Amino acid sequence: MGLEQQIRSQILTSTLEKFVNWARKSSVWPATFGLACCAIEMICTAANRFDIARFGMEAFRASPRQADLMIVAGTVTKKMVPAVVRIYEQMPEPKWVIAMGACASSGGIFRSYAVVQGIDRYLPVDVYVPGCPPRPEALLYGILKLHEKILRDPFLTRKEGPVVVDPQEVPALQEVRA
Amino acid sequence: MSVPTAKTAYVEEVVEGLPAGAVTQRESFRDQWAVTVRRDALVEVMEALRDRWGFRYLVDVTAVDFHPRNPRFQVVYHLWCHERNALLRVKTWVEGDPPSVPSMTALWSTANWHERECFDLFGILFDGHPDLRRILLPQSWEGHPLRKDYPTEGPDWDVD
Repeated sequence: MGLEQQIRSQILTSTLEKFVNWARKSSVWPATFGLACCAIEMICTAANRFDIARFGMEAFRASPRQADLMIVAGTVTKKMVPAVVRIYEQMPEPKWVIAMGACASSGGIFRSYAVVQGIDRYLPVDVYVPGCPPRPEALLYGILKLHEKILRDPFLTRKEGPVVVDPQEVPALQEVRA
Repeated sequence: MSVPTAKTAYVEEVVEGLPAGAVTQRESFRDQWAVTVRRDALVEVMEALRDRWGFRYLVDVTAVDFHPRNPRFQVVYHLWCHERNALLRVKTWVEGDPPSVPSMTALWSTANWHERECFDLFGILFDGHPDLRRILLPQSWEGHPLRKDYPTEGPDWDVD
């Protein structure tokens, strides 16, 4: 029929999982959140010379509720940890974390009582970007690696099946109902 | 080598003018004068420096840990006289466990935060301070990190 002729070049088939992952990786919105000198490189990455907009990521959100990527850009002091963790917890799922630079990855040069020896003690880090500070190219490379990771995320077809949470079983909701 | 200037001459005059019984040591390093004052005469000396000699500005309060010597801590005050552009360093040895010195908040209100910092990092108590609690570290912190017997990397840096 003429209809098939019409739609042949306009429809692509895919799996839901691939399509959703493609949508997720194509517009990752980072939280506007810098802690130290790495934040300057992160700002450079967003500016015109390196232009993070090429990857659909130019929308740095000032509210964690609108962001799905946390770039931990810089030294995390022990006093700052509660704030960092709180911002992470305020971000909606699905969410990802990049530890940018030596400090966020391992404490860096600061083997000090005041500095957290790697933010992975508190947050699930997806990508570590080494450097002190990393150049914008390095951060972009880390972001591209994160995109690859998002594309491979088997959130529907993983062996143990999709993660399904029965609202009846969420304690917080039960408390609200009671 | 160094030429006596008006301001060093003024500080020398101040150092000479302080009561001899209160001052245990006078020293000059690169034209900067420092006096060591007995702890029980500290308030009296500081009051005289502020009111009689014009040191109206308390620049800094800090401490030195001479662990394991006894007395262990020395509190250091930096005073500034705007009229003469003169700096004077006042030191006092702190004894006791926990170590304590009289608070200077009644003389200079800026001493409030300086002394809180000194308490936070060295654990020195300032008697008469209106609000002596930690200022830099979280309130839940244990220990005083600038003490020589506190591990530089913290007690739990390799805990995973």
